[in-house]
Amino acid sequence: MDNIITSIAILLSTTLMYSTPLIFTSLGGVFSENSGVVNIGLEGMMTIGAFTGAAVTVFTGNPWIGFIAAGLAGGFFALLHAIASVTFNANQVISGIAINFLAPGIAIFISKILFDGSTMTPSISLNDKMPRYLNGILPKGFFDTVFNTYATTYLAFIFVAIAWFVLYKTRFGLRLRAVGEHPRAADTLGVSVYKIRYVCVILSGILAGFGGASMSLAIVSTFRPTLVSGQGFIALAAMIFGKWKPQGAMLASLLFGFANGLVVFLGNPNIGINISEHLLSMIPYIITLLVLIFFVRHVNGPAANGEIYEKGER
Amino acid sequence: MNRIKINEQLVYTLLSIVLGFLIGAIVLAIAGFNPLSAYAVMIKGVVGNPRFIGWTVVFATPLILTGLSVAFAFRTGLFNIGAEGQYIVGSIAAAVVGYFFNGPAIIHIPLAILAGILAGALWAAIAGFLKAKFGIHEVIATIMLNWIALYLSNFVVTINGFQQPNTEASYPIKQSASLAISFLKPIVGTAKVNWGIVIALLAAIIIYYIIFKTTLGYELRAVGYNKFAAEYGGISVNKSIIISMAISGALSGLAGVTQVLGVSGKITILAAAEGYGFDGIAVSLIGANSPFGVMLAGLLFGGLKYGGSKLQTIGAPPEVVSIVIGSIIYFIAASSIVKIAINKIRGGRKNG
Repeated sequence: MDNIITSIAILLSTTLMYSTPLIFTSLGGVFSENSGVVNIGLEGMMTIGAFTGAAVTVFTGNPWIGFIAAGLAGGFFALLHAIASVTFNANQVISGIAINFLAPGIAIFISKILFDGSTMTPSISLNDKMPRYLNGILPKGFFDTVFNTYATTYLAFIFVAIAWFVLYKTRFGLRLRAVGEHPRAADTLGVSVYKIRYVCVILSGILAGFGGASMSLAIVSTFRPTLVSGQGFIALAAMIFGKWKPQGAMLASLLFGFANGLVVFLGNPNIGINISEHLLSMIPYIITLLVLIFFVRHVNGPAANGEIYEKGER
Repeated sequence: MNRIKINEQLVYTLLSIVLGFLIGAIVLAIAGFNPLSAYAVMIKGVVGNPRFIGWTVVFATPLILTGLSVAFAFRTGLFNIGAEGQYIVGSIAAAVVGYFFNGPAIIHIPLAILAGILAGALWAAIAGFLKAKFGIHEVIATIMLNWIALYLSNFVVTINGFQQPNTEASYPIKQSASLAISFLKPIVGTAKVNWGIVIALLAAIIIYYIIFKTTLGYELRAVGYNKFAAEYGGISVNKSIIISMAISGALSGLAGVTQVLGVSGKITILAAAEGYGFDGIAVSLIGANSPFGVMLAGLLFGGLKYGGSKLQTIGAPPEVVSIVIGSIIYFIAASSIVKIAINKIRGGRKNG
């Protein structure tokens, strides 16, 4: 019995751990795409965030400085995306792909220069990782295993609440959604479409940078080129799956994190399931496809998502 | 009119390439390397001797094919981000047929190629079906299928009787399935030159023919332009989506085939995708989605990748190549930056 409870606790804690980067990054997607800018560059922004977070923490010894630097780095590449897609009417998908080549390229380039040709940052010492504020406070056992987790996880959930509030309860949120649904109408009413899109795209990069750093500063304690590999795209899928809403994106991220936890859970030799680890690793992706097939069919995003807006065009 | 448009497109692309190299040079200079000598190392590393040229072609071959795959999908209004997964299933099929089948080369090679093409086409058709039937966006479906393909490949490698004991790889394909060109060996040395490049060239011609000279191609393009108009005109949009994805996937599968039968000879356990599919997206964009453009862009990208690896000799990180490629795509995306610049220069001339 104890054994089962421990297993479930571990399953839940891995769920929270794996969901965290996806929650941050998919929230970023929510902001960008609700303002009408498709952001396929989240992957690259996450990668530069993961690298910057780890590198800055290695030098400063303070994970929070690393975390903020990661947000700034993600935000910088998002700014490039905004310049191309908002000011210069670029195809947003193509601009995003450019970011996905540029950002990881620059991350590894700088890594090699700073760390003697290594594509990995040195490991962050255990004391300099993201703190776990509940460490030692909770009673040993189930609660300790599940909730004694990194600060970034709690921060992610706080951000979901803030994002929900901003999107649905503030004037800025209303304008933001108006810009994504019908930019011309919003413009007519005096809302600056360009300004709102810039803010939202940069915000999405900051959040994706946080998402990357929550991998390199908490889940592991280093940056390596394969660390992010695809998480940004999964976050993009979580955002669509969550119907472009913060709470939806969070639930989708949790589901994906749970599926990843399941892989770890079932891979435990004590469970007694004898399946190839490679087949088990497919589970999260198959679950996502099945959920999409059975529950999410034909979802529509913000009406003007991906459309170029030119002032004065008829 | 049409000619002028093509020429303009070409000018923007070429300017974007120049700007991309310029950004790469700036990054190199900031990092303390002499950009001119770095680019000289790369150029020598690509055309310096026949072996280098051979390797460049070897690097370019799968990129041309995945580039064609993505370009074909773009032409029909679909974004095939799943070239990666289709490449992987193609390579699985080629490796399995290449190792297990016994027979003369004249049967063995076509059989392995066909298996890889079919695997890629089927894998992509799943995404096409999900889009047509359930409205699931092909970007999400193909991203998921990429991962499933990766783990499927890892699983197949580890099957008893296929995995080479004490290695992370499968048994190599039989000699009768090899696409290697042995008569070039005295010239190109260790470069794994193979018939893949000829296959890629043929594929480009066939794709050109399908897109521009057949009713099927016309219908698929029509769906890409405006699916409602196409539907009104009597074209089945759902069927078109599935067919487009299948043809696109066949090309990526073929890329996996040429890599296994021509270069690696086997498949190995991978922690993450190798990136041929994503690089294919870049190739198709630089090649402006035209079969001929993709051939050239593939050679450029292959040259950059292979030449870039030579940068290590002067201590510069080869990742500058990703920065150059990313910048090129960025400028192609924001071609109005370039257009505004050109107009200013033209305007300036008029005034002067």
